[in-house]
This record gives sequence, C-alpha cells and structure tokens, in this order.
Amino acid sequence: MTKKIKNLNLNFGPQHPAAHGVLRLILELDGEVVEKADPHIGLLHRGTEKLIENKTYMQAVPYFDRLDYVAPMNQEHAFALAVEKILKIGVPIRAQYIRVIFCEIGRILSHILNVTTQALDVGALTPSLWGFEERETLMTFYERASGSRLHANYFRAGGVHQDLPKGLEEDIAKFCETFPKIINDLESLLTDNRIFKQRNVDIGVVTKEDALNYSFSGVMIRGSGIPWDLRKSQPYDCYESLDFKIPVGKNGDCYDRYLCRIEEMKESVSIIKQCLSKMEKGPIKSLDGKISPPPKAEIKQSMEALIHHFKLFTEGYRVPKDEIYTAVEAPKGEFGVYLISDGSSKPYKCKIRAPGFSHLQSMDYLIKGHMLADVPAVLGSLDIVFGEVDR
Amino acid sequence: MKNLEDLEKKINSELTTKINNTEIKHNQIFIETDKEDIIDVAIFLKTNQDTKFRQLIDITVVDYPEQNQRFEVVYLFLSHEFNQRLIVKYLIAENEVIPSLTSIFPSANWMEREVFDMYGVSFKDHPDLRRILTDYGFEGHPLRKDFPLTGHSEVRYSEDQKKVISEPVKLEQNFRNFDYESPWEGTKYIKEEIESNDKKN
Repeated sequence: MTKKIKNLNLNFGPQHPAAHGVLRLILELDGEVVEKADPHIGLLHRGTEKLIENKTYMQAVPYFDRLDYVAPMNQEHAFALAVEKILKIGVPIRAQYIRVIFCEIGRILSHILNVTTQALDVGALTPSLWGFEERETLMTFYERASGSRLHANYFRAGGVHQDLPKGLEEDIAKFCETFPKIINDLESLLTDNRIFKQRNVDIGVVTKEDALNYSFSGVMIRGSGIPWDLRKSQPYDCYESLDFKIPVGKNGDCYDRYLCRIEEMKESVSIIKQCLSKMEKGPIKSLDGKISPPPKAEIKQSMEALIHHFKLFTEGYRVPKDEIYTAVEAPKGEFGVYLISDGSSKPYKCKIRAPGFSHLQSMDYLIKGHMLADVPAVLGSLDIVFGEVDR
Repeated sequence: MKNLEDLEKKINSELTTKINNTEIKHNQIFIETDKEDIIDVAIFLKTNQDTKFRQLIDITVVDYPEQNQRFEVVYLFLSHEFNQRLIVKYLIAENEVIPSLTSIFPSANWMEREVFDMYGVSFKDHPDLRRILTDYGFEGHPLRKDFPLTGHSEVRYSEDQKKVISEPVKLEQNFRNFDYESPWEGTKYIKEEIESNDKKN
C-alpha cells in the first residue's frame, strides 16, 4: 500500500517573537525538515527613499535613525559622509572622534541586542536581562549627547549637532572600564554552554564563495573567514589613526558569527578608549555658515548669522550636481548611501543599501535542509532589523 | 588592479565597444554601457583576474521623467581583492525589458524585485519577479517621480464590513512643496531683469 505524503506549508509570522520584527516567512516542511523558505517582507515599508527626495538634506537625517533603530547613528554617518564628499568640506577632528565614539557605542548596542536575543531564541533568558541593562546605560549616553535615547538626529554634514555635555566623556570612560566584565559574564553564560553550542555550531554554514555571491557584508562575511571591514579597508573619519583588530571566523556557522560579535564588542571598547584619550577641545562642526547653523548667541548680534540661520532652516543648503556611493561599516554590515544631487537643496535620489536586505534574501539558501527549530537560530545570527530591510 | 587609472585602461581595452564612456569620480569608476552588453560586462568584471568585482552591492534605477530614455539603471560592484568600487549605468525607455543578472549574482534576485516594485522596470529571465516591499495588491510604482508622495490610496479597518478596506487618500492639507530661492543669487524676477538688461547692454 502506498501513501501520498504532502509537504506542509507553515506560515511563520508576521507576528512572531523569534522573527525579530514583522517578517512573514512561508516555510515548506517535509516532516520537520525545511524544504523551502520564502520571506515576505515590506510590512514595515515606510517609503524612506521617497520621503528623503522631498526633504532638505538636514531634514533627511532623522529618517536614517529609523532604519536600523538599534544602532541609529551609524546610518546617519553614511549620509553625512556622502554629503560631505559632494560638498567637499572637512570635518573638525573633535567631531570625527565624537562620531566614531558614538558609532562604536551603536555597534555595542546592536551586538548586545543581537547576541542576547539570539540566546533567547535558543532558550537562554538571562543574557538578555543582563544585556539590556547595559543598553540602557549606553542609550543614556545617546540621550545626553543628542537629547533622545533612540532617534538621535545628531550627525550633520560637517560635524555633529552640538558638543558633548560636561561630564559625559568621563562617564563613557567609566563605562569602558566596567563593560568588559559584563562581556565576560555574558560569555560565561554562552560561549561554552552545551545547549547554546548544540543549537548554533554547524548551523547555517556559509562558504566563502557564497558569502560573496549573496552580497554578504559585516559579520556575515567575516564569520566565513574573509577579513573585510570597511573601517580598515576604506577608512573614513579618524579610523585610520586608531588601532584595532578585525575578528574573523573559521567555519561560517552561527556560532562563529556569535564569537565575532563578542570580539567586536571588545574591540569597540578599545576604540572608544583611544578616542577619549586622543580627543581635544575644539570646534565640533564645519565653521562655514552656509552649511552649519550659527550659535544662538551670535544670532542676537550678527545680521549675517541671522540670515544664515533663517535660510538654513527654510531652504537648507544647496548641494552641487554630483553623484556618489558612500558606505560605512554598520554593526550589521555594509550600509551604503547612493546619493544623486541636482544642485537644489533636496536630494534628487537617495538609494539606501541596507545590509539586512541581502542577508535576509539568502534565508532560503541558508535554511534548506535544516530543521524547523533552526529557523530562529539562523534568523537570529543574520541580525535582521526590519527598519532597514523594509526601509 | 590596485590603481584606478590602470583599471580604467584595462576595462576600456578589454571591453572596447561595449563601453560608451568611463569616468573616475570620488575614487570610484563610473562606466556607461548599453542594455544589450550588461551581461557580458558583468561576467567580465566578475571573472577577469585583474578586476575581480565579485560582489554586487546593489541595483537601482534613477528616474528622469523629462528624458526620452527615462530610466537610468545603476549597478554597484565591489572588488574585495583590489579594494575598488565600480558603478555601471545605462539608459532605457519606459517599457523596455532588461536582462536579469540573477544567473551571475544570486543576490540580484531581490534587488531586481525591488527595482521592479519601485520603478516598474521588468527583467527578462528573472526566476521570481514579484513585488517585494509594497503591500499585496498594490498599484503603481512609488519611486517614480510622477507618483505623489502621499500615494493614491489608504487602508483602514471598516467596522461595518468587518475587514480592512482600501480607499482613495483624503487629506486635510496636501503636502506642500515650497520652492525657496537663494537670496545670495537674488529672486528670480529680479535676476531675469538683470540678465535681460545685461544682454541689451
């Protein structure tokens, strides 16, 4: 007697705690083995690129916070760099250090969230409770510098919005002393944990060749053993003068990617320390009144400053006709901005290249042949945030 | 090749007629080609030992509605070996179908779907050309310049019909696009007057 067996179609999401946002994943299952995965994305699509085309360059910055909302300032950085290159303006050295400090804080924010929620997905609750406490401290730094915990709107073309408040540098330095212990605590919970290893080792293996073919970047490509980090290979701001290492994985599985993230957090702490020790007093934004607004006190005294202020906040600055692709090493990979300006005060086109988009697209390739229970583990190690995937 | 100028020469000498124009800007090479040649250009860039652009970073389209050939298709490539970035572009008219790169770069799949969704450009030989970012049953192509910022329809839950319904957008106030003029150049009517006076003199 023969029995006909039909594959089961399973709808994973759009509301599922392990989907890390609004992902609808249609899985074709043969028993418990995944035959095919078809991610449906776009449930968080807000038309960021269209909105940016209709806003001035300064008004476009907050939209970048809302892409990868666990590391907002890294996105702003890419846009600021693109505009700076077209305008051909320099950035004061203090502003460069401030930007790098906050980008590295963003990297730690993102990696804590990813490492701990990945642990949560495979059954460990404690790391996320410990990790979120540190995230809260880091977000307080964001708040003290920019005024908001998440959507900072802090970077500008030519520098940053305002100088760091009194005492913040010391507090960040204190954090750098205490945080390595927290990383060690997290590691003591996970790195040699039998269950964590069983769930992650040899799961979602990416070969070097496929990492290139699927346009992987960031930890996804380094976990597979390709030493590629834009902070080293195409350095921007003051990364060239800093001393840090690039952790590289060996097997390209979920566990190696976890290890890379842990090591990167340690490197980030060392980068922040170096920046704090090298930082000196000085200007924090471009002194060109046609690009960055004048200090409030000056507006009361100077007619020129008043005009600049008025024009900057109505029309905005004009950017000469040009096109450029600029990328930064965001916590999740290569975050790029392809900017086309047409001489007006609004971008003609601003294509955002989000790392998560190409990572999620490989879901079918990664999960084929794995068990259903591996879906959250693989998804967790891809480090997906829907703000940037859906834009 | 490590050197940008050498790389530009190499590409020009190897691909000769397939390349219309090359330019080096902001440390990146910009190449103009034709729709018919994009497959050959992509294969050459990926496989040649001196170029090795093995990663396709992104595909996008720029809309210039006033031109005859309305869309400019843009491909961004990256070479890890030589640490170079390269941008390939070509122009197409509105209803042209362009070749898909999915057989050379698997990652082109979603990028081309996004282009199709946002600009309505179709790809030949694409394995799965569906909309990707917009809603199921969406009409129109949002990133075209003639698509309004506020869209055409909005959805809400209807208490009467007990389901989500789609209606034409109703706005208390339309999106206002102010045209500011630069005081440093003078307002338009004065500027035109000055220019016409200059011509008379």
